[in-house]
Amino acid sequence: MSEQVTITIDGRELSARRGEKLLWAALRNEIYIPHLCAWPEIEPPEASCRLCYVEIEGRERPVTSCTEPVIEGMVVHTRSPRVDRLVASAFELIMSDHHLNCAKCPQHKRCELQKIARERRLRLRPSRLTALPRRGERDDSLKTIYFDSGRCVLCGRCIWACRELARVGAIGFSRRGYKQAVTTFGDLPLAETACTECGECVEICPVGAFSYKINAGGERESL
Amino acid sequence: MSAVTEIGLTYAGLRRQAEEKATRLKAQAVIRIGSATCGLAAGAAAVKEAFEREISKRRLPVKVLETGCLGHCHAEPLVIISRPGFPGIAYGFVDEDLVELLVKNFLEGDDPCYEYALAALDPNDVFPTFEDFPRGVYEKKIISGESGIIDPKEIEQYLAGGGYGALAEVLARPPQEVIREIKGANLRGRGGAGFPAGVKWELCDRQEERERFIICNGDEGDPGAFMDRSLLESNPHLCIEGMIIGAYAIQARQGYIYIRAEYPLAIERVNVALNQAREKGLLGESILNSGFSFDLEVFQGSGAFVCGESSALVRSMEGERGVPRHRPPRLTESGFRGKPTLLNNVKTFCYVPPIIRHGKDWFKGMGTASSPGTALFSLVGKVAHTGLVEVPMGTTLRELVFEVGGGIPDGKQFKAVQIGGPSGGCLPESALDIPIDYDSLHEAGAIMGSGGLVVMDDDDCMVAVARYFLEFTQQESCGQCTFCRLGTRHMLDLLTAICQGKGDLKSLDTLKDLAEDIKAGSLCGLGKTAPNPVLTTLRYFREEYVAHIREGICPAKMCPDLIVYYIEPEKCSKLCNVCVGSCPVDAIYTREDGLKAIDQKKCVKCDNCLKTCPPQYQAVIKLSPPEKLAELEGKK
Repeated sequence: MSEQVTITIDGRELSARRGEKLLWAALRNEIYIPHLCAWPEIEPPEASCRLCYVEIEGRERPVTSCTEPVIEGMVVHTRSPRVDRLVASAFELIMSDHHLNCAKCPQHKRCELQKIARERRLRLRPSRLTALPRRGERDDSLKTIYFDSGRCVLCGRCIWACRELARVGAIGFSRRGYKQAVTTFGDLPLAETACTECGECVEICPVGAFSYKINAGGERESL
Repeated sequence: MSAVTEIGLTYAGLRRQAEEKATRLKAQAVIRIGSATCGLAAGAAAVKEAFEREISKRRLPVKVLETGCLGHCHAEPLVIISRPGFPGIAYGFVDEDLVELLVKNFLEGDDPCYEYALAALDPNDVFPTFEDFPRGVYEKKIISGESGIIDPKEIEQYLAGGGYGALAEVLARPPQEVIREIKGANLRGRGGAGFPAGVKWELCDRQEERERFIICNGDEGDPGAFMDRSLLESNPHLCIEGMIIGAYAIQARQGYIYIRAEYPLAIERVNVALNQAREKGLLGESILNSGFSFDLEVFQGSGAFVCGESSALVRSMEGERGVPRHRPPRLTESGFRGKPTLLNNVKTFCYVPPIIRHGKDWFKGMGTASSPGTALFSLVGKVAHTGLVEVPMGTTLRELVFEVGGGIPDGKQFKAVQIGGPSGGCLPESALDIPIDYDSLHEAGAIMGSGGLVVMDDDDCMVAVARYFLEFTQQESCGQCTFCRLGTRHMLDLLTAICQGKGDLKSLDTLKDLAEDIKAGSLCGLGKTAPNPVLTTLRYFREEYVAHIREGICPAKMCPDLIVYYIEPEKCSKLCNVCVGSCPVDAIYTREDGLKAIDQKKCVKCDNCLKTCPPQYQAVIKLSPPEKLAELEGKK
């Protein structure tokens, strides 16, 4: 059995590793599919941001590309009226809960949300939905890193990085529904947890929720 | 001796013992007290004490049993008295006075006090049985037949009625034959979605991995639904037998019954049942000397609605947060601890023993072609005879509400029936002739669901009802996926605004669009179905939404921001002060002429004055929109 399969995305024939998830095959070939919660090593994928929808021929409904293993001969369309509607809707929902202040955000111009908006020609500011009240306070307790939950999109990548890369586990999800949040055990300030300020959470955050503190010289504050 | 004969003999021994005990019980007077949670809440414990007191006072040889729920919730507390020479008779609305009367007249004397009886249990020439009433004509009890009759804490009573006979039969046959039988019966999962149970069993059995688990989902959480609780409290062995048969079919060695911690009595009774089954050799090593070993234990869920979703349930059992995950893989491929796992609802397992006992064709002889068998509903809300009812699939909603449930009480008009809980929909009068089965209900925009059925009358505002369910799903959403976490939140905000008269017609389009997106885009079944109450009310009761928005009117006079309370002077009496005392905020004052009036600035719209105003006056009314008040007062 060959390790490589041939798939077609938006009319382009590509070669992909058998069993790899469609999202990564597309991104590697410079075909952009919006995504927030996905990360190549996070297995099984969370599939929680609901942005990476695509159409696969023969499938009744759009599917999330982060959960879909590629198979030989798969024909994929990254855009369709149904996909565009779902992506636009999910994106607007996320933006309605995102403290929008790009000019002051360290991720400005590197932010995944801005990228999605640019690629899919979507507005950053929600139009049909009212912005929800800003969530949480900014945690400034650490020396070199801060967490602004108002910017957090709850993708969960930081939690994975803190556990699996840093092997610390200072943060996790708590509460449910709209109140769900990335937080520490007992909602303690980060400085009172096992956090080592290694920066894995900042590196993996698709937005500016976890960010480095910058000193007067424009550099990352050092420990 | 062959294994097959040995299983048969072992079971026959157990059965004989149980039957002897049952015969002895039949020879004496027995009082059965409906003591499921519902009965206890209605006062069954006090009734039991009263019976015991009266009996010992009179030194009568009468046995008092705590049984489960007979399903006639509206008549709780409910007792059944059986005396040799008389048919078993059920009495409803039992209180201590009636207890004394029954003991004196029926147990000491020979007068069964028919004037207090609900119905007889056995056919006789004197008093009608449950089957003689409209409800009994429609009901067909396959899984609830022994509920309320047998003592759930006495395994012999289940055995005496043929219990565990299906298991004995199954153990003597190859496991695949059991799967074929369940598949052939087309038993569809009673948890809500209706996935064919036999197909699920087969999928699980096809896995290469030999270590398998079986789990029963008893995390019932829909508002107004109590079928699973009632079954586990009333006849736990039925579900346990179904699970052991399922375990044998897929050759699992360990199983779990996942029951929510809010059901302490169900947990207690299931644990008692498990211990008794173990003592009888029906659970544990080499069940009935068959060589097949399997054990079961209870896992307590700690109160998240979303844990009723199968993947979230399994995660919570593994000690993780109870959040659903993307499927595939299905649980039958990778479930509990990554092993093939068969997960079915309490009711689904309960259907297994009767199907094995009577055969697949018997089962398919009931209900409809695509949804055979019966359905167990908790019929609640604005219906005369609330209760737990079991009717064949294909029964219409009209029959269920008006014949079985006895229609709408207090001369009110039927408005809607909410079926399937927060994932279901509200169906109007025009949908009442829909036969109850998975496919017809789906077409109408509702779902079969697990069996909650809430009847609503013209006092119920459909916008407020939709808002109620959305509030529920919003609170119970696990929060992980965008559509469910934020979409339901926005829908709730829009509905709240409409209920406050602040909505606009455009918000109805936004609601509908959001609802469709949440349905199409959510990760799990909870999100995918959460918009159903809104979509169905928009489809069937759009004019109510429009009335809220355009005219500021709540047609059902339910939304507090769109109504005012008013005391009609021409109906009010100077001689009565009831409303004044009932008002928690002193908003009602006595006018100079002695009549009462409401200070609108103080009124919190608690409804107390309307409820307490004596029936001969009925002077308190609700007005919508609130502007009507000025009109009325202007006229005077």
